[in-house]
Amino acid sequence: MADLSTNAGKVAPFVQTEIIPQSPPPVTETGIIKWVRENLFSSIPNGLMTLIALYVIFQLLSLVVPWLMNGVWGTEGEGPNSLDECRQRLEGATGGCFAVIRERWQQLLFGNYPKDELWRPTVTFFGLILAALPVMFVKLPAKLRLFTLVFPFVAFWLLWGGTIWVPILFFGAVILGYIAYSKLVGNSFFLGVLGFLAVVALTAFFLIGPISSVLNGIIPIELSGVESRQIGGFILNFILGITCVSLSIPLGIVLALGRQSDLPIIKGICVVFIEFIRGVPLITLLFVASVMLAYFLPPNANFDIMIRVIIMITLFAAAYIAEAIRGGLAALPKGQYEAADALGLDYWQAMRLIILPQALKISIPSIVNIAIGLFKDTTLVSIISMVDLLGMIQQRIFNTTEWFGVYWELLGFAAFLFFIICYGISQYSQWLERQLATDHR
Amino acid sequence: MSLIEDRPDSGFTLSKLFNDSRYRGYTFQVIAGIAIIALIAVLIMNATANLERLGKDISFGFLEQPAGYDIYPKLIPYTSQSTHLHAAFVGVMNTLLVAFLGCIAATFFGVVAGVLRLSNNWLLAKLMAVYVEVFRNVPVLLWILLIMQIVAISFANPLDFKGDEPAETLLWGMFAFTTLGIYTPAPVWNPGSGIVVGVFIASIIAMVFYAKYRRKVLFDTGRMLPGWPVMLALFFVPAILAHFVMGQPVGVDYPQMGFFKFEGGALIGGPLIALWLALSLYTGAFIAENVRAGILAISKGQTEAAAALGLRSNRIMSLVVLPQALRVIIPPVISQFLNLTKNSSLAAFIGYQEITGTLMGVTLNQTGRSFEAVLLGMLIYLTISLLISFGGNMYNSSVKLKER
Repeated sequence: MADLSTNAGKVAPFVQTEIIPQSPPPVTETGIIKWVRENLFSSIPNGLMTLIALYVIFQLLSLVVPWLMNGVWGTEGEGPNSLDECRQRLEGATGGCFAVIRERWQQLLFGNYPKDELWRPTVTFFGLILAALPVMFVKLPAKLRLFTLVFPFVAFWLLWGGTIWVPILFFGAVILGYIAYSKLVGNSFFLGVLGFLAVVALTAFFLIGPISSVLNGIIPIELSGVESRQIGGFILNFILGITCVSLSIPLGIVLALGRQSDLPIIKGICVVFIEFIRGVPLITLLFVASVMLAYFLPPNANFDIMIRVIIMITLFAAAYIAEAIRGGLAALPKGQYEAADALGLDYWQAMRLIILPQALKISIPSIVNIAIGLFKDTTLVSIISMVDLLGMIQQRIFNTTEWFGVYWELLGFAAFLFFIICYGISQYSQWLERQLATDHR
Repeated sequence: MSLIEDRPDSGFTLSKLFNDSRYRGYTFQVIAGIAIIALIAVLIMNATANLERLGKDISFGFLEQPAGYDIYPKLIPYTSQSTHLHAAFVGVMNTLLVAFLGCIAATFFGVVAGVLRLSNNWLLAKLMAVYVEVFRNVPVLLWILLIMQIVAISFANPLDFKGDEPAETLLWGMFAFTTLGIYTPAPVWNPGSGIVVGVFIASIIAMVFYAKYRRKVLFDTGRMLPGWPVMLALFFVPAILAHFVMGQPVGVDYPQMGFFKFEGGALIGGPLIALWLALSLYTGAFIAENVRAGILAISKGQTEAAAALGLRSNRIMSLVVLPQALRVIIPPVISQFLNLTKNSSLAAFIGYQEITGTLMGVTLNQTGRSFEAVLLGMLIYLTISLLISFGGNMYNSSVKLKER
């Protein structure tokens, strides 16, 4: 700084007195060109890869786009009502014959559900969305969850029909069970749960049948009955997926706690069950449901195939969910267990108030993954002649003379439906994970 | 629970069975044990009563009877006169075949897609993301049916290869893509080829020893012996030399169009190809996610530290990042292998005859022994699964962090 005074007398040959106006960055360093250079052609191998990828995308699109664009949908009145008519309309051009979806959509979505009663599964579906929303988004008013509680009974009545008194009485049994639970829970949580189960089971077995027939005699409110084998198509996938996942979560929690338990007999039972179920494919369990389970049930007990399949898929899912929750339990710092002990909480209090809320939060992503996998696996039921969406396509539509040979349209439609649902759920789970993240990273 | 013995022990009372934490555990265990035994007893009683009512019995004698149906493909000699047990065994081999091929291909797809998803090439990363999401979110059964259709439609009728001016010709004179499957050249083992195979096996053992020696030299002296060139030479040269020294005992049988069908060569059946491709593409999408998660789990500091030590980028990958990422990647990949093996049971939908198709399919339908067949099938799957997870755990413990 001292130099300033010594240099003061000298005159510099040239001094810029005003600031040079800023010039724009080079073209290659801005906007889209920079982005393309950095992300697509940063080096020669990278550029080659980009070209190969572009070629692959072009090939795929040139196959799919004309097929989609030229697709023949037709109208209800004038067809086309078979593959041949479709081909005539296309006159040799590439194009999908989507008329099959237009003509058979009821079969694809609802199976052989009676044609006049299709409003029932439709209403159930929208009810399901309404029931799922308050569970999925915690910020919605808690009162909406009452509807979620009632929904299973409503859905059962709507789908299978029969007298309205059976689901109402069953709901009553659940309320009775809850009363028993709240009486006993002060004593011990375990006893409370036992009481709940005992009351529900006893009333369901002995009281509902006679009382409902009496009540139905007085005030008959009935929907026409629908048999399980008439239910098919995509709603069958939905029913199986949602019922089994919701039933298997409590069972999975019990199994996971059992596997973590210090009590050797309980631990042994849980380990053997979980490892056995996880070691065999679902398809063999479905065989068990269709041919073997009947042997193990009491003679003359005629269990519906749907119930048998739901039992087996629930057991299957429970084993996987138990492992996911066990991961959550193991990931919890040991201090949490010790803190619960230090507070003097007993086992069930510690689990209910401290351990499980945190462990379940950790295991949400894997539970959702299992739920998605299970929903996809419900397609396997078509091997034991339940006609779900894929069973419908394979066994009922591929074989008809009109639509023999329409593979891509039908399988593509099924893939589209599954993709929408599964991708939606997985996006939701990622959102939920971000919502629940409390570790402020 | 409490450390202070504030009350003198008042002796044992019955209520202590439920209220005293010293005894409560035993009480619950006894209750659970009795409940399980009672449940099993009820199930067995039901089963015996039901079987008696239907006039059936449980017997595995049917396994000794001739099966009377043919199986394709067969890795071990089998005719329709062989027993049901033999048929089940052929089925197990077919399960293992598709599981083995599928695991290799799934690992390949998974690693490629997982690494490319992290590539700085935007287009490639997005393309791989689309692959992963599309395959993960659609049922595997649907993929199996779709790929079966692709195989059935895009390949030619075998009869198109017939005639003087055939509509289709063999690719490089070796491979024929037909609706039945792919006809490929098959090796012919003439006398003396045993020695060639022996030499080949010996050279693979030599490769293992060379790798160990190379590592020892590196650790002892810091000198790097050549790696891949020697390995490749060891792999090819001795066997080829032996082949020529022995007078070319290993021949090749090319597929030829005969009168009605191809003769010679080997047929890789369409269902096998479809099942293999579908299972490996589907499982590959899951493995890609595991690989991506594993690589992302390694903190950037590791790469930077390795670079600061002066390692080159491929060494950084092979010596620093990969060994650590593998520890994260391997356990979920093992469970994906298990899933693939279990999903191979879906072969029943497209007519590839593995254990579900033979024992739990044709045998079950022919003999009506559903109880025994399903039970046996489940036990076989259980054994395979346990073996895979056992092997996987062994491998995992060999690569995991050795903590002292």
